[in-house]
Amino acid sequence: MAELDRSPRLPDPDAVFVRLVRAHRDLSAEESRRLDAALVLLLANQLGDAALLDRAIEAARAAVLASPEAP
Amino acid sequence: MPTTYANPRYSFRPPPELATGEGRARVVIVGAGVVGLTTALDLARHGIASILLDDDDTVSFGSRAICWSKRTLEIYDRLGLGQKLLDKGVTWKVGKVFFKDRLAYEFDLLPEPGHRMPAFVNLQQYYLEEWLVAACEASGLVDLRWKNRLQEVSPRADGVGLEVATPAGHYRLEAEWLLACDGARSTVRERLGLPFEGQVFRDRFLIADVVIEGFAMPAERRFWFDPPFHPGQSVLLHKQPDSMWRIDFQLGAEADPEAEKEPERVRARIRAMLGAEVPFALEWVSVYTFRCRRLERFRHGRIFFVGDSAHQVSPFGARGGNGGVQDADNLVWKLAAVLDGRAPESLLDSYDAERIPAADENILHSTRATDFITPRSEAARAYRDAVLLLAKDHPFARAMVNAGRLSTPHVYRESPLSTADGEAWSGGPAPGAPAIDAPLPEGEFLLGRLGGEPVLLVFGASAPTVAGVRILRLPAEGIAAERWDARPGTTYLVRPDQHVAARFRTPDPAAIARALERMWGRTSETARRAA
Repeated sequence: MAELDRSPRLPDPDAVFVRLVRAHRDLSAEESRRLDAALVLLLANQLGDAALLDRAIEAARAAVLASPEAP
Repeated sequence: MPTTYANPRYSFRPPPELATGEGRARVVIVGAGVVGLTTALDLARHGIASILLDDDDTVSFGSRAICWSKRTLEIYDRLGLGQKLLDKGVTWKVGKVFFKDRLAYEFDLLPEPGHRMPAFVNLQQYYLEEWLVAACEASGLVDLRWKNRLQEVSPRADGVGLEVATPAGHYRLEAEWLLACDGARSTVRERLGLPFEGQVFRDRFLIADVVIEGFAMPAERRFWFDPPFHPGQSVLLHKQPDSMWRIDFQLGAEADPEAEKEPERVRARIRAMLGAEVPFALEWVSVYTFRCRRLERFRHGRIFFVGDSAHQVSPFGARGGNGGVQDADNLVWKLAAVLDGRAPESLLDSYDAERIPAADENILHSTRATDFITPRSEAARAYRDAVLLLAKDHPFARAMVNAGRLSTPHVYRESPLSTADGEAWSGGPAPGAPAIDAPLPEGEFLLGRLGGEPVLLVFGASAPTVAGVRILRLPAEGIAAERWDARPGTTYLVRPDQHVAARFRTPDPAAIARALERMWGRTSETARRAA
């Protein structure tokens, strides 16, 4: 089964974080949501692996649902 | 309101059973809609008589199902109505999808020439039904009983007891076989108490038939997401004969169906779409919601559910009417063979084995399309809109635009009637797939040569001798040979419904005979698997 690589793979993670946040500058909440969706779609296609995408979705849901604010 | 079509009124003829109180029939069909009429006509083409009951006395009101797919057209060609559909209907194959005021995606459903039938023909359901009624009457084998309402159904081991009400009184019928073609609100299904559950969609849709003389719009399917003239919702446009256009407006879940049907309100929506300067006349309006669901099984002893009585889909993809016609196509040759004593009754179990996966495929596609068209959360809408925004420049996103995946015939991959490939193939229709059309010399087409009986299609080589199957020889080169991945000696066994049962690189008469036995459900293995 495809496994998600959880180790750091980006040489400058701080810069990537900033880039992702900056991508949303000047956007309304609706546009911002669309931008994230478009980004996910582009990256999912680039990944080209539906099983690996499933692992990423599970990992993301697990992280969000484990947060203290989760209902 | 209608100006382009007047519904015929068929007269009630008192059936002979009214005098005696009861009668017998081999096959009774309930519901003279497209599916019931097609079933009756196909049975007649196989030489089987039937009684067809309908509680009304006319064809459909409003255009209803309008998009007839290539496979359905091929079925009607076999039944003798193909040319009428081509002559009267609007042929189309291009679809365009718009997001706001911009083209997001365009598709061509049949880019390849050399097929007798196009990808789609649009034709109002009432025309098709009217022609089917005439063809049924002309066959001399269909006892069409208008104003005959089915009241009670009593399933028995060797038949079905029916009670029928007419304007002139009641009577009883003992049917050997009952075919329930009585639609989404099936009386038969209700009387048997069979659960019919699935996904309910909350969004309401407005459907309008509109006559627009000289409307300069090409014959193609157009779909808008969130257009300026109907913000936040979707709109679907189809061309029909008689300068008639079908427009579907998504209204959302909160819409008031009665208020939305008000002609002035509908006209305002259409004016916003066409522009104030385009004159039009409103012919028919309806507001609908839909569900995606099916019966657990379509065969219940001597009763078969065919079409909407067995399964329901959303309208996106034209899978309701086409799926129903293809149910009939699948069932009729089997029932005819059983009634003629050529096949065991167990052959009929393959109707479930083949048409339940077909219904599931239709339900899956129409559910996915509906989820895309009517997003039910902010996240769903964001993803949907992102796909539409990306589609212009990113081919991968175009593949995700789902404004309805249009009806294609189901491939019976797991069919108990098929013989698995034993040799190497690099194309051509696999066992379970529908036959592929191709042009033949002198303007003929391959499918026109298949007919409604089993055929052994032999490419090049001299034909083997196998009892009980007609042989059709074709050259081992040319378009047909290419489409069927044929070399000299390549042989296909094609079923009466024009799906492939088996194929061989070298025609071995013993292997072909075994495949033919399996196709008729005459092997113990088939009986075991069907059970």
